[in-house]
Amino acid sequence: MTGNALDGDAAGGMERHTYDVVVVGAGGAGLRAAIAAHDAGAKVAVVCKSLLGKAHTVMAEGGIAAAMGNRWPEDNWEVHFRDTMRGGKMLNNWRMAQLHAQEAPERVMELEDWGALFDRTDDGLISQRDFGGHKYARLAHVGDRTGLEMIRTLQQRTVELGIDVFMECTVTDLFKDGDAIAGCFAYWRESGRFIVFDAPTVILATGGIGKSFKVTSNSWEYTGDGHALAMRAGASLINMEFIQFHPTGMVWPPSVKGLLVTESVRGDGGILKNSEGKRFMFDYIPDFFKAETADTVEEADAWYEDKKNNRRPPELLPRDEVARAINSEIKAGRGTPHGGIYLDIASRRTPEFIKKRLPSMYHQFKELADVDITSEPMEIGPTCHYVMGGVEVNADTQESSVTGLYAVGECSGGMHGSNRLGGNSLGDLLVFGKRAGDAATAYANGLGANRPKVSDADVAAAQASALAPFEVEGGENPYSIQTDLQQSMNDLVGIIRDGSELEQSLVAIEGFKERAKTMKVEGHRQYNPGWHLAIDLRNMLIVSESIAKAALARQESRGGHTRNDYPKTDPVWGTKNLVVTLNAAGTGVDLAEKPLPVMPEELTKYFDAAAKPEEGKN
Amino acid sequence: MAYTLKLRIWRGDKDGGEIKDYPVEVSEGEVVLDAIHRVQGTQAGDLAVRWNCKAGKCGSCSAEVNGKPRLMCMCRLSDFEEDETITVTPMRTFPVIRDLVTDVSFNYEKAKELPYAKLPPRDADGKRRMAQVDVERGQEFRKCIECFLCQNTCHVVRDHEENKPAFAGPRFFLRYAELDMHPLDTHDRRELAQGAAGLGMCNITKCCTEVCPEGIKITDNAIIPMKERVADKKFDPLVWLGSKIGIRDKDREGRTEV
Repeated sequence: MTGNALDGDAAGGMERHTYDVVVVGAGGAGLRAAIAAHDAGAKVAVVCKSLLGKAHTVMAEGGIAAAMGNRWPEDNWEVHFRDTMRGGKMLNNWRMAQLHAQEAPERVMELEDWGALFDRTDDGLISQRDFGGHKYARLAHVGDRTGLEMIRTLQQRTVELGIDVFMECTVTDLFKDGDAIAGCFAYWRESGRFIVFDAPTVILATGGIGKSFKVTSNSWEYTGDGHALAMRAGASLINMEFIQFHPTGMVWPPSVKGLLVTESVRGDGGILKNSEGKRFMFDYIPDFFKAETADTVEEADAWYEDKKNNRRPPELLPRDEVARAINSEIKAGRGTPHGGIYLDIASRRTPEFIKKRLPSMYHQFKELADVDITSEPMEIGPTCHYVMGGVEVNADTQESSVTGLYAVGECSGGMHGSNRLGGNSLGDLLVFGKRAGDAATAYANGLGANRPKVSDADVAAAQASALAPFEVEGGENPYSIQTDLQQSMNDLVGIIRDGSELEQSLVAIEGFKERAKTMKVEGHRQYNPGWHLAIDLRNMLIVSESIAKAALARQESRGGHTRNDYPKTDPVWGTKNLVVTLNAAGTGVDLAEKPLPVMPEELTKYFDAAAKPEEGKN
Repeated sequence: MAYTLKLRIWRGDKDGGEIKDYPVEVSEGEVVLDAIHRVQGTQAGDLAVRWNCKAGKCGSCSAEVNGKPRLMCMCRLSDFEEDETITVTPMRTFPVIRDLVTDVSFNYEKAKELPYAKLPPRDADGKRRMAQVDVERGQEFRKCIECFLCQNTCHVVRDHEENKPAFAGPRFFLRYAELDMHPLDTHDRRELAQGAAGLGMCNITKCCTEVCPEGIKITDNAIIPMKERVADKKFDPLVWLGSKIGIRDKDREGRTEV
């Protein structure tokens, strides 16, 4: 189902298309990249696993962080840059953080040009809301459904421009000619038929890896496809040990465990309480953020009205801090009946305010949990939400170490360092989506007639690889391997990690890899979810191994990586990234250390001595 | 709390199919989609079903549960008796691809026929200004998650394949209404809504409103007012006279017909 009438019975049994730029993924990053490439004159295809408009961006609730200064004229890119670096515990690629902070406001305005409607300030400008880790109210938003507004706007723009979209079509292999990208291989979910794309550039925009964990806010598509495709093509991943566990996921009923509860609840006044009714976040303010966090209830509550004279409530610390605090409270036996913590906005705001500011949350709890959030607290707990790690890219162009291969959004790495601030993901998608689209087009245009060629042997190999699960006799069902992997990652590579558990997880992953060699799918190639999972599972396994290996190597705690056995932040580790690549045999991953890019002096001035995470409590 | 649900699922493809029994273990707090997934994982690995977020936000898992158009992820088992049989079939208005998955390309084709928002240049300082009250007017319609249940249930096309070319359906009437309420859009789409989109074919039975999982009042708030605005333009003698003698229609100021 393409919506572009490009499917149908192609001659020779395999469709073949030629493009300048193929974008894999149709979330915010993919669509923004496709629009940019189209505007730059490229012939573009978007290839996506689901229907257009269903990508995970749709789930984003809070807003787009952009220093537009509409509420706080004091806000500017320098402050946003500083917040981003500090949120990431200084492990970010400084250049990406800088470009993001500088360019996000214009990317938001473009959405408005294309028809998006954001909530307004009293002056009629785009409203901006408070979020964890951001010094000023900075998130452009539409109620709590900003992601939906963003994806509709980009989707409609894509359709309006006539960009070809291959829906429900999954890319399984990248093709190279020498060291450069030559195209990619995909199958239609609907028919099981194969497609070869001849294209000198591929932009990966496949999102994250959350489906490797049992409790996650991510949808089925988040199987690390882009991460794995890039590795198999010879590119490297960085920061894979850093996984963001969002502090507030639903914990009840079981069918929605992990489902996101937006940070806006806290931005709009919600507080966290344990089973004893104690507002416990005051006990968990780390030294690193002491200077800017309120230490009394009075000051915290006054901040919502008067930000100049009060410091932020501790509920609005960066996500890693809040998630760890919640985890500790639950472990200490002060959790709720369903193993969570209370998130209470009912006792703090009027029902009218809550329904107006948080309509999706109201609807979500009412429909799925029978909880009226205007009269009772929510039960919440941490959920696997986002991977900071991803394809290592050039900050300005988003090109990976493989010529012609780009990565944007969640599947790229560097921008967020060890922890992403809320609202910075939507900005990331837009800023770097555009940059990648522009850069890919420039490279494709420069090639002239000398385009890399896809070899017949590579096509045959890709087809054989995709069909392999049908050839197995008496093997195992992919669903059971996936379930075991998710449980294992949740138990052993979760929010609090330990060296011996990480070692166990690597042994477990070897076992899953062995089982996956003989997994079998039933039925035929037409819309067969078992087959689709068998293909995705290979990606989940290689990505899980990357995460566990990097997590074992990093002997410190920082951002989205917390080690029981190394609870302190170590300044030596603050100078390097961990880089993973596929090993020579293609069966596992190799790990290497790489020094962090050095920040130029004109930017280091934004960080006083206290900003550098010193040895101490993380 | 666990019990065995008497679940029946339509299996087949465009050449036909049948409803098959899949008794499956379910537990407290689960939804129909959980039961379907358990069948997939344990009894029928190739059972085709479309889903993404499992949170009522993406609008992918549309199907008919005991004949009613529903999102499977928002359809709680606790709304049924434990001994009740639940039968899940694909949406009827769209051609079946396989099992519960239908070809919804009709909707994507209709989306292409709609002229999108076209805003005037930004203000001198590079920003745009709109009042919150004006922005809010169309927000209800912008909550649409494109599950296409309204399209599926609309009797104009549900059993009338022949109406499909001339009829965009409730989802897109919602889009027309939403764009018409955009504070800065410069298009006037009334002729188009009436002509190409077939707004007049809707006889406001409100079936679409009843099945909307977002609770959007499609008929009352989008379709009927849109019909009224179309009627104003075409049939109101005062409006006609005004336009003849050059009196401006202030409601339409800044908009040009597309």
